[in-house]
Amino acid sequence: MNRLALGVALAILAAVPYWVGGTYYVNIASQVLFYAIFALGVNVLAGYAGLVSLGHAGLFGIAAYAGARIMNEGYGHVGVTVGALAVTLLASAVFAALALRGTGLGFVMITVALGQIVWGVAYRWISITNGDNGIAIRGRPSPLGLSLSTPNGFYWATLAVFLLAVTSMAVFVASPFGASVRGTRDQPRRMNALGYHVWMIRFLAFLFSGFWSGVAGLLYLYYNQFVSPQAVALTASAEALLMVIAGGTATLLGPIAGAALVVIVKNVVSAYIERWNFVLGAIFVVIVVFMPEGLVPGARRLWRWALAARRPRAIAVE
Amino acid sequence: MNLWLVLAVNSITLGGLLFLLSAGFSLIFGLMKIPNLTHGSFFMLGAYLATSLIALGADFWTAAILGGLLVAIFGGIVERFILRRLAGAELAQVLVTLGLSFMIADVCLMVWTGDPIRIATPSALRGATTVAGFGFPTYRLAISVIAVVFAAALWALLDRTRLGAMIRAGVDDPAMARVVGIRVSRLFTIVFCLGAWLAGFAGVIGGPILSVYPGLDGEMLPLALVVVILGGSGSLLGSLVGSFVVGFLYNFGQAMFPELAYVVLFLPMLIVLVLRPQGLFGRPAA
Repeated sequence: MNRLALGVALAILAAVPYWVGGTYYVNIASQVLFYAIFALGVNVLAGYAGLVSLGHAGLFGIAAYAGARIMNEGYGHVGVTVGALAVTLLASAVFAALALRGTGLGFVMITVALGQIVWGVAYRWISITNGDNGIAIRGRPSPLGLSLSTPNGFYWATLAVFLLAVTSMAVFVASPFGASVRGTRDQPRRMNALGYHVWMIRFLAFLFSGFWSGVAGLLYLYYNQFVSPQAVALTASAEALLMVIAGGTATLLGPIAGAALVVIVKNVVSAYIERWNFVLGAIFVVIVVFMPEGLVPGARRLWRWALAARRPRAIAVE
Repeated sequence: MNLWLVLAVNSITLGGLLFLLSAGFSLIFGLMKIPNLTHGSFFMLGAYLATSLIALGADFWTAAILGGLLVAIFGGIVERFILRRLAGAELAQVLVTLGLSFMIADVCLMVWTGDPIRIATPSALRGATTVAGFGFPTYRLAISVIAVVFAAALWALLDRTRLGAMIRAGVDDPAMARVVGIRVSRLFTIVFCLGAWLAGFAGVIGGPILSVYPGLDGEMLPLALVVVILGGSGSLLGSLVGSFVVGFLYNFGQAMFPELAYVVLFLPMLIVLVLRPQGLFGRPAA
């Protein structure tokens, strides 16, 4: 049953370019996928480790900037991918070492500050980042000889990376390491007493989270063929967090649903009004105030409630 | 007047503004345990409201006080009707303040457009004052004096009055403060309004120097964060010292390493975090 559902879901996802109708929608689907990867990365910390980061756009942006710089040096896609992800992992390690000096709200504040440093560098350190003008790359790479320049090609490549990310998350959640990360979220002192190295577990979770944020950043670069300080602004970090919270933290499907919601609303809203930031803020406030557990667990709760409401009635009829 | 002296005066001015901004931020953080991410927006909103009040014929100081007051009322509404609903869920509170800051920024963009607006320096404070043979811009000196006066007033409020004692009790041990009959939730509202007023007021008196423009909120908020991380949350002295450190770093950093000004600004914060995570004047978390 579950396998069948998975197979159907995969077939639907793979066939998106055929049923969604038009390259505009294929491109939106690609955006949903790479933002979902980003949200999955943020969810490792915000959801499973209980460490809410408002600086992850910094890591996302570092990968994009590093990728753009390396690509403009003339390296191929392997060099770009390896180089950009190595830089991102290094940055994640530095971020983690600093941010893990605090937990809870201290962690939030430090990540905000770190994200703003990256923004400041992107905006002001013109000799490296070209400032407000951003960096453009020439064309998308063609890994293994497959061209990513068409919307469909790019969609399938992103889908492949996305499935890899989801699989790695599923493995992570089910693994002893995933359990220990959740342990450090719920009972850090007991974990410590049991002999776990709480700091190291959080550090590794941060690296894992940073890695997928970097992958998403690289896909973002390939998609737009351009990166500017906008990609690393606090708004971008907040959007990522909104995806996770809107969908449901510490769930596998939540961040994906959240990413789809945010990307679609953003594109639809932007088509009609200019006030995306207002809508983003309003969604944030409404979800946090009225649906704190997120859409996926919220919907699940409603579903269970609906089932429970039906069952007694069925008995009564008999 | 030589360059270094100009930079020093500018640093002290910025430090004074930052103190007004971050004292409220730090008090709110100390008492309510939430970093209020709308604080930069309060600063910007105060300045924007003042430009409208001045356009309606108010003089500068009336506009500053009234602008701050309107922001304080807004802050009170936010605290009473949104943050209190989420009492205990600190993360949710932080996210709500972040969401609100986006909404405020967008509304300001809609109402006051994207063009920078400069608030005119009050006429009595234009020109320069000569101190010890050097001419200083009078208005900048005035800001420093205002900051010192407010620092003294806030210290007196916190250290010498009954309300201050209640606030300190709330910061130290909210549960115990409730037990002895202090209405901590009312303190939350008072402190939040006071912090919002200070931020709005700072925005107005900063107007003649910084002007008001979209994105001002996002520029001031990280500065307030750095001040509080440096100085330690809930500590008035920490805010004061942190503000001037940041004021100096920002101005001198910008003059000496223009491309790296932002990095220079955050370096001491990183050092403090590594060596003394609770901040220079903060107490270690229980």
